[in-house]
Amino acid sequence: MNLPISLTINGVRREIALDDPRVTLLDLLRERLDLTGTKKGCDRGQCGACTILVDGRRINSCLALAVSHDGAEIVTIEGVGRGDQLHPVQAAFIAHDGFQCGFCTPGQIMSGIGLIREGQAGDDPERVRECMSGNLCRCGAYQGITEAVLEAQADINAKNTAKQRRSA
Amino acid sequence: MMNFDYVRPASVADAIAEASEKGATYLASGTNLLDLMKGGVSRPSRLVDVTRLPGLDRIEHLADGGLRIGALVRNADLAHDADFARNYPAIAEALLSGASAQLRNAATVGGNLMQRTRCAYFYDAGSACNRRWPGAGCDALKGENRLHAVLGWSEGCIATHPSDFCVPLVGLDAVVEIEGKGGRRELPLEALHRLPGETPERETALERGDLIVALRLPTEAKNFAGHSRYIKVRERTSYAFAVVSAAAALRIEDGKIREARLALGGVAAKPWRARGAEQVLAGAAPDAAVYREAARAALADAKPSGDNAFKIELAQRIVVRALTLAAAGTPDRIPALPGSPFSSVAGA
Amino acid sequence: MTVELNLTRDPAHLRHGSNIGQPLRRTDGALKVTGKARYAADNHPPGMVYAVIATSCIARGRVTALCVDAAKRHPGVIDVMTPAHKPELAEDPDAKGNPFAFRMELLQSDEVRYANQAIAVVIAETLEAATEGAALLSPRYQVEIARVGLDAGETYVPPAVGIGHPAEVRHGDIDAGLAAASKRIDATYETPAQYHNAMEPHAIVAVWDGDRLFIDTPSQGMAMAQMRIAGLFGIPPANIHINSPFLGGGFGSKGLVSGPQVLGVMAAKLVGRPVKLVLRRSQMYGPVGHRPPTRQRIRIGTGDDGLLTALEHEARITTSSFDDFYEPAADASHTLYASPAIRTAHQAVRVDTGTPLFMRAPGEATGSIALESAIDEAAFACGIDPLEFRLKNYAEVEPTTGKPFSSKALRQCYAKAAERFGWAGRPLQPKQMRDENGFLVGWGMGTATFPALMFQGNARAVIRADGRGVMESGAHDMGQGAWTALTQISADALALDLDQISFLSGTSDLPDAGIAGGSAHTATVGAAIHNAGAAVIAKLAELATSDERSPLFGAGNAGVVARAGRLHRRDDDARSESYAEILARAGVAEVEASGTGAADPAAQSQYAMHAHGAVFAEVKVDPELGQIRATRLVGAFAAGRIINPLMVRSQLYGGMIWGLSFALHEEAVMDKRSGRILNANLAEYHVPVNADVPPMEVITVDEHDPHVNPLGIKGVGEIGITGSAGAVANAVFHATGIRVRNFPIKIEEVVMGLGG
Repeated sequence: MNLPISLTINGVRREIALDDPRVTLLDLLRERLDLTGTKKGCDRGQCGACTILVDGRRINSCLALAVSHDGAEIVTIEGVGRGDQLHPVQAAFIAHDGFQCGFCTPGQIMSGIGLIREGQAGDDPERVRECMSGNLCRCGAYQGITEAVLEAQADINAKNTAKQRRSA
Repeated sequence: MMNFDYVRPASVADAIAEASEKGATYLASGTNLLDLMKGGVSRPSRLVDVTRLPGLDRIEHLADGGLRIGALVRNADLAHDADFARNYPAIAEALLSGASAQLRNAATVGGNLMQRTRCAYFYDAGSACNRRWPGAGCDALKGENRLHAVLGWSEGCIATHPSDFCVPLVGLDAVVEIEGKGGRRELPLEALHRLPGETPERETALERGDLIVALRLPTEAKNFAGHSRYIKVRERTSYAFAVVSAAAALRIEDGKIREARLALGGVAAKPWRARGAEQVLAGAAPDAAVYREAARAALADAKPSGDNAFKIELAQRIVVRALTLAAAGTPDRIPALPGSPFSSVAGA
Repeated sequence: MTVELNLTRDPAHLRHGSNIGQPLRRTDGALKVTGKARYAADNHPPGMVYAVIATSCIARGRVTALCVDAAKRHPGVIDVMTPAHKPELAEDPDAKGNPFAFRMELLQSDEVRYANQAIAVVIAETLEAATEGAALLSPRYQVEIARVGLDAGETYVPPAVGIGHPAEVRHGDIDAGLAAASKRIDATYETPAQYHNAMEPHAIVAVWDGDRLFIDTPSQGMAMAQMRIAGLFGIPPANIHINSPFLGGGFGSKGLVSGPQVLGVMAAKLVGRPVKLVLRRSQMYGPVGHRPPTRQRIRIGTGDDGLLTALEHEARITTSSFDDFYEPAADASHTLYASPAIRTAHQAVRVDTGTPLFMRAPGEATGSIALESAIDEAAFACGIDPLEFRLKNYAEVEPTTGKPFSSKALRQCYAKAAERFGWAGRPLQPKQMRDENGFLVGWGMGTATFPALMFQGNARAVIRADGRGVMESGAHDMGQGAWTALTQISADALALDLDQISFLSGTSDLPDAGIAGGSAHTATVGAAIHNAGAAVIAKLAELATSDERSPLFGAGNAGVVARAGRLHRRDDDARSESYAEILARAGVAEVEASGTGAADPAAQSQYAMHAHGAVFAEVKVDPELGQIRATRLVGAFAAGRIINPLMVRSQLYGGMIWGLSFALHEEAVMDKRSGRILNANLAEYHVPVNADVPPMEVITVDEHDPHVNPLGIKGVGEIGITGSAGAVANAVFHATGIRVRNFPIKIEEVVMGLGG
């Protein structure tokens, strides 16, 4: 079955000659495009390790068929920093030791970025904990994760405010 | 995952034609379907991708004061729609208490209505399950069934319906709009999901090719906005299916309950509307004694299907809690832990 | 030559201190947050194909038929590996060459001994094809009745428990102690089967090149994996190159190479191409170990004064039908509480599961929740505050052996954590506290302990002509922070700044670092690094002190001290020379030396060596709905020298969350008829999510322990679970008055116990 699709991945448009409708976005990224930063922890939408942004929203890429996402804009962990400069969420994860083994980390970071975009949690740690509960961390780095998301959000918001002030 | 034909029709009519063949099934976001396919529980030979069908992703305010929610509206978008959350707070809270943010971002309203049971024996290919294989038997009946149904179950199936979203929806008389080979028709949501009886494999009232295109909330559903809650007991604080849940919606005037809506989740093969309890509440003063009476009425027909007698007691208590909290008034904002008992005050 | 003696006789602090003890951020942090850290399954050598395991859905019997043709007909399928079609092995996978060689299923027969056992492997060009090929095998079985649970059959006394510990230990006269008691507790606790569930499923990418084998796979013990694979395939261990720079969690399940990993190697051999094999989440519930269920009976006698007169801890545990691993649950009672009579004993039952294995705090965790619950029950029976009761029964020497502790700052742990938590004034009676929203509030505590172990590991140190240092050791970082902590130790061992050294690790081509387990990796490899550093500096010192052109010439018995890349005369600090200068003059490109870290048997026979801690927990319980939420966890731990406080805190947090999970969440539910696990996933096998984790606090209490190892490290990887699980359970009792003895604590026990 020939199923050509087109995806914009980390800002780069790619024409993909998909030959199998069963391929998930996760397996497409990992096994066919060598974007292995996105991890497979459960493959069933139960752990969050495969979280990516699709059209700006965080989703589980393991439960998304690639063919159904023709035309989508995808951001993975490989695409959030600028060159060597880390995204504020990435930097905050290091500063707060928001990980141990690191396997859930790309998913946590993408989820944190998605959460900040959603703007639903504010600076309430309880809301951050709830909204990050779709990302399991077996090492138990949750406290650092929550602190990191809160700090990065404050950082991003401060920068945005400053930007607005400058442009005003 | 078995290989399948993938089609992406451009219109509802084409979709229905494509899905009318044996083995075909609709694909929305796939958050439940792909899980079932990966587990070998569902093996469709054709997926009819409806995600691009035009016009199904809108929330429309109807002239009569009702609301029409397109089947492709995403759960998160619905829950975070400010008007929606204000008018139907229990539904928004139920939506946000379900699954995870990632799943809610993907899952669609229509797909959510079609969510299938989490019964472990349904998922376990090695077990006998009448839903998967009519006539095979039900291994849950004498198995690990502490979380199974206490209402409306049969010897053929004791599974529960896992949805949070559907619980307040049945309470508020939501209607499902369906397009099928015979044209458009409507069905009360309460009639969409079926109790198992002798035919557990027939989970819904849909016929082959039927496509849910919208969900509608009637005008009156808004009347409960001031006194609505959804409460859900879980085995962890978030990202878990309900052990038992309840949606309560009250219309309180002059210190009396004029009208009550009550529905339970996690207790039956369908979201369970507790009409007997609603009758107890109608006209009564909102107090603990009447809540307890309503709770008894709601669970009057309950019986354990296994090692789950506690769910009958728990369901009664959650009814009392949901009513108590609803009577106290809808919070200004959906709590930090939606649906969680720990988001509100305890004690009835 | 006295230089080396001088150097190693130095208190470790002299050179160790500039980097050790600093809260350095993870050296691998940037790789992990950018997705650049390559875990095993991220590798994709040219020509690679995919292998997917087909697993048994029965727990006992035989496979009578497989539709191999149907699988092979599926487009993309290359081959199907079955008992009838597989590469020959040089060794029987059921042979027990050593106590750590656990039997594995490598398609040696059609026998099924547990659910989720591998019964075939499908190899295909794509993951999708291999996955469907495995489903198409549609196996048929001859089913035998599965033996499930702690009452599955006859019990027997295991030959040993844990790693060679006696199944029964007696100290004093239990019967006399119980007879003399004025109060007695006799309680039985049950803990469920638990599965490690590291976030990273076991994975392997295997590439054969003639009789050389290149493997990417997560391993907590590369050298042991090398030996095992070498034996199975009949090739020299040196021909096997294992890469394991990052583990996505291990917790014991990656300590020994597992059957599925070896199947990946076999599949690569069968098809003559590189193969990737990754377990599905559900397949991790079987062939890669688990914590077995336990039933533990504890009898405690106390006198009127609240002093223990007897402590008896009996544990029944399961093991597999075909191999022996015995969770040493009752051993938790050996060390913590002083009692004139202590008896611990184990009984085992054989069931149709995969063989249980080491899972984070094996024995200590299961035993701790029972013991700490029982101690809480005893304190309550005596009407004594649980902290006061523990202090009354504080063990000044190890109770069962009478040995002094090498160090034990448990009293300080109790005091600091209690103060921080605000324990004082806690009502003795349960169900006394409510929060402002009407939720029941309970406070509980538990004592944490874990032995300070040492295995054996090696390191190689090099100082180069440019004065920079290299430290090499095939260590394993499964998230505990080994890369970072061992880099810190390396820098101090070489007396260089961090940016002057390279620490190389994570492959079997480097010196064998032993196994990352038993919370002993930092201690073991740290000691090896320390010794390697001392040895290489000794060589450097010899070059300098024997050269009359060096300012260090003739330092003789006074010796030299290494500091910041220079050697200084001990008796005249102003006389010094840099590493680079020494090497340049000697015309040597580099000096290198090796070091070994291992337990000191003399110290071990003299001292009892344990880390300790105290954990205090607050829970809230819904008074009608029974749902429980932990709201505060405070732990204080004394674990010898802390190499990196940031990593240590994270490790202890993680352990405490495992304890919380043990008490409230995790449990594998097995169908008693089929022996299949019904929640072999992450949706219903509940591990805590972010919202389950309360604000936490960890205090580390300084401990100087000159006996455990040269660096005074005790290890922190596992102790956090112990104490915490019991603290949470005891807090639930204190909130509700309901003593739940079956873990995890389920909602129905609380709901029905609380009344209407």
